[in-house]
Parts: sequence; structure tokens; C-alpha cells
Amino acid sequence: MSETPHIDIDYVGNLARLDLSDDEKAKLGSQLDDILGHFDKLNAVDVEGVEPMAHAHRVFNVWREGDDPGETYTPDVLTKMAPEHRDNQVVVPKVVE
Amino acid sequence: MSDLHFKTISELSVMLAAGETTSVAITQAVIDRTTAVDGKVKAFLSTDADDALAQAKASDERRAAGAPLGPLDGIPIGIKDTLAVKDQPLRCASKMLEHYVSPYDATCIVKLREAGAVIWGRLNMDEFAMGSSTENSAYQTTSNPWDLETIPGGSSGGSAAAMAAGEAIATLGTDTGGSIRQPAALCGVVGMKPTYGLISRYGLVAFASSLDQVGPFARTVEDAAILMEAMLGKDDLDSTSIAPQGETNYAEALKTKKGPWRLGVPREFFGEGIDPEVKANIEKAIDWYKSQGCEIVDISLPHSELAVPVYYIVATAEASSNLARFDGVRYSHRSEEAKDALTLFTKSRGEGFGDEVKRRIILGTYVLSSGYYDAYYLRAQKVRRLILGDFEAAFEQVDAILTPTSPTPAFKRGERSDDPLAMYLSDVYTISVNLAGLPAISVPSGFTESGLPIGLQVIGKAFGEADMFAVANAFEKAHDYAQQTPKL
Repeated sequence: MSETPHIDIDYVGNLARLDLSDDEKAKLGSQLDDILGHFDKLNAVDVEGVEPMAHAHRVFNVWREGDDPGETYTPDVLTKMAPEHRDNQVVVPKVVE
Repeated sequence: MSDLHFKTISELSVMLAAGETTSVAITQAVIDRTTAVDGKVKAFLSTDADDALAQAKASDERRAAGAPLGPLDGIPIGIKDTLAVKDQPLRCASKMLEHYVSPYDATCIVKLREAGAVIWGRLNMDEFAMGSSTENSAYQTTSNPWDLETIPGGSSGGSAAAMAAGEAIATLGTDTGGSIRQPAALCGVVGMKPTYGLISRYGLVAFASSLDQVGPFARTVEDAAILMEAMLGKDDLDSTSIAPQGETNYAEALKTKKGPWRLGVPREFFGEGIDPEVKANIEKAIDWYKSQGCEIVDISLPHSELAVPVYYIVATAEASSNLARFDGVRYSHRSEEAKDALTLFTKSRGEGFGDEVKRRIILGTYVLSSGYYDAYYLRAQKVRRLILGDFEAAFEQVDAILTPTSPTPAFKRGERSDDPLAMYLSDVYTISVNLAGLPAISVPSGFTESGLPIGLQVIGKAFGEADMFAVANAFEKAHDYAQQTPKL
């Protein structure tokens, strides 16, 4: 991180499953390098022994008392949100050869 | 009876109880005002006047039957487009959710309905709440009613602009890094972000789950307090919601808590980057508190300059994970070019998301990726704890902290669109509050020479809303800024 940071947009775009045009890649590349440069400030901080903080309050695992079935939605309510659906199922392009 | 649309909840609830007006009359006034001015302001993405009037009629019938539900019964409240309202569009101002209609109400909406509120319209925002100017909406750019050439702030810019323009009696927004307080300051209205967990996030489309909170926009501190009382509480549908602690009769507390208080002023917030007019305005507000017998304590929040980098690592990391659900499969935009499992995801996401959302997904994915996780994400989480520690130390000495809400007044549209880093720095005074999970409120504190509003931020202790409201209320009641409205 001491050298000028740089994001490999193609690699990260693939991890994020995000299609980007060549123009977008060029623009994002320089903007993100600027932003990463700003993040470098964090390197000057001594964080030895500091516990990472993921949440504003102390949170603990919560077990449900019981798993009583409550009110729920009928399949048609949920499947009709899908871009394509048939017989209460979501239709997707063929994924297995 | 004129200008019902600029009245407060507390004024209207008295008028309703006395039979001087009806919910239908108030709701019609808000609808008429919206019809008259929203062509200029563009605060709303959609409205449903018939639905609002039907709710208002039901409220009037309850009242006629002698069973009103409380101060919010019959009051029209505008809703940010990131909160689920049953059978209404829920688009997060994104093409990704262009055709999505919510099948349920968010918990905060359920609670407002239980209090009798009239749920009114869908308010514009930055796409998926990512931005500080509402210019990242995929549908329209909202203007600041005080100067239509300037931005209203963001991401809850529609919620703030609608308040300033009289298009609702109150509105809801969400605040992940300042998205309620910064637009409230820039539009000259009250905006409040509660202690993390106080309001359920169920039905709020997640951006950064450890930071997101729902909160009210209002004309007065008292109105914000009334709204908070109606919405708070632990919810089985949000495991991060928390049972309230301490005093929660906020509106009542305003009558009894009169100070004087010990108020902290962090010197780091008045240095580089602050507009001279904003600085002078906030110093004048601090002098006013001093003149009322409050003790002003010079405090230090030494890690506050790191809040912006910590936030843009933590928030984008959480966003990259949260927004993975928009995959083109179940309820979001699907690309017509999707031919297989991979392009179904990549093409749909590439077409559905706008520039800022893509920028944050890439950044968040990068800081979580193998080889960079420790250097960025883990380190940011550690510095986040140091930022919380600064506040905890400060609150051992003071009851509340006073700062500017935004370093500058509203800026011109397009001014920072191509400079994301400059845009990110507009949240410099609000972000650390989210990282620490604290409550804070922005209250109007005056105007620049060119007539743009300025906001004073009051930061409270965790669950210290009652004191925070009281401190803000004292300033508001001694000044007339909250009564001023823009010429449209």
C-alpha cells in the first residue's frame, strides 16, 4: 500500500459480476486511484491491539425462542416480481449444459 | 386557514382536535401545493393523490367517531423511495428496480399507519442512497427550493426539498453517512438520525447495514420528536434493532429539559475545508448557547479526519455485499442480452446500476478481495473503534456536541459530479456519527448572504435523544429560521 495503489478493474469487475464498458473502466480507474490515495491516511494510524468494530453496539448471536410459522406470502405474490416467471417458478436462461 | 401545507404537526394536531380543519383539507392542501411547485422542485418520483385522500378520509372518520389515534392522525408524511410501502413502487431511484412494487410495509411505515399518518408519495434520492446531492437518481434531478440552480443535498434530497417547498408536513429519509442531516441543513429544515438500532430497518433497502438508519425530516424539533416516538422500538424482523433505553417521551422532555448544558465543540471541525460563512454562522450559534449560561467545552475528536476514508471502506464493502442480491433473477432488471448464468448477472447489473453505484461496488469488492482485506477493511474497522473511543471520551465531559452539519451551503448542480472525492468530503461532519452509532440532529441556524440555509448539528450520546432534542429545541425556539420559507 505504500506505492501508488491501483485497482485492476477487469479483475474486480469480474468478482463483482459487473459488466463495465471500456469508457466506464477508464473513468473509474483514475477516480478510484484518487480515492485509494485518500485512504492511505489510515496507514499512519497505530492500530496495534485495537479490536475491529463491525457494529455500533455489542451484538450477540440470537437464537429464536421457537420457530412458529407466521403469516407469509403466496408463491404468486413473490414470483410475479421476477422478470420472467411460469407456474409459480422463476424462469432463467439455461445454466447447465 | 391558508398555507396549511407549511404548518407543523403540533399546530395541525391542535387544529384537528378543535375541529378547525380536517385531514382531507390538510392532505388536499399538500396535494395542491405539490401540483403547483413540484414541476420546479422535482422532489417526488411518484404520488398517488387518491390513495392519500382515502387515508385522510379514514382519519377524519376515526376522529368523527371520537377515536383519533394521536398527534400524527391525519398528517400527510412523504416517504423516501428506499422504504417499502405496500403496493407502491420501490425503486431506490434506480433502473435496477424500475418495475418493482413492494408487497409489504416497512416496520416504520406500519408504525406510522398505526399512529394514523397519511402515507404520501415516493421521494427522490441518490440511487440506492449513494450520493450527497440527489444527482445520482436514475430518474430526475431534484432542485433546492431556496435556489433552483443548486442541489438539495443527498441522499435524501427529495425528502428535504419536499419539506422546504411545503409538499408534505413531514417526510422520512434514511441516513448512512449524513443522508438526512446534510440535505436538511442545505434545505433549511430539521433532520434527525437516531441512535443505531432505535428504529427497525425492516423494509429499508440495505446499503450499509451497520450504518443505515431511518429518521424524520420535520419543520421543528418538536415534530421530529413526535415522529421518533411513533417509530422507535425493537422489532423481531430486524435483529439489529434495540429496545429503547432511557427517556423516550421526547416531546414531553422538551418542556422540562431547559439546560444549561455542557456542550462540546470539536476544534477539528472548524479547520480546513469549511466555508467562512458557515464557520461564522456556527460560531454565532455557539455564542448564543454561551449567552444562555451553557458551558462551552473545547473538545478533541483526534481521529475525525479519518472518518471519510473509514466510511468509504466500510460502507462500500457492506454495499458490495448487500447489492449482490440485485442479480437479474428474482425481482430486478434483467438484460435482454443475458444468455447464460454469468451474463445474466453481469449484463443485468451493468445495465441496471448507475455510475456511482458501480463505483462503490467496485471499491467495496476491492477492499474485501484477497490480499487487500487486511490492509483496507480490517484496518478501517479498527480505526472505526478509535473514532467511537473519541466520542466516548468526549461524552465523559459534555452533554452534547455542537458542529456544523455541512462544510458548505448548497452547491451548484453538476459542480462535483465528476469529482467523487470532493463529493465524499461533503459528508465530513456527519459520517463519524454513523460510524459511532450515535444520534444527531440538524437544525436551521441561519442563511448565507446569498440566502442559502445553514444547519447546526447537535450530536447526542447513544440513546441520549431526549437531551439532544432539548438542546436543539432551545436554539430553534430562540430564533425564527424554522418559520422562513423559500419563494417559489
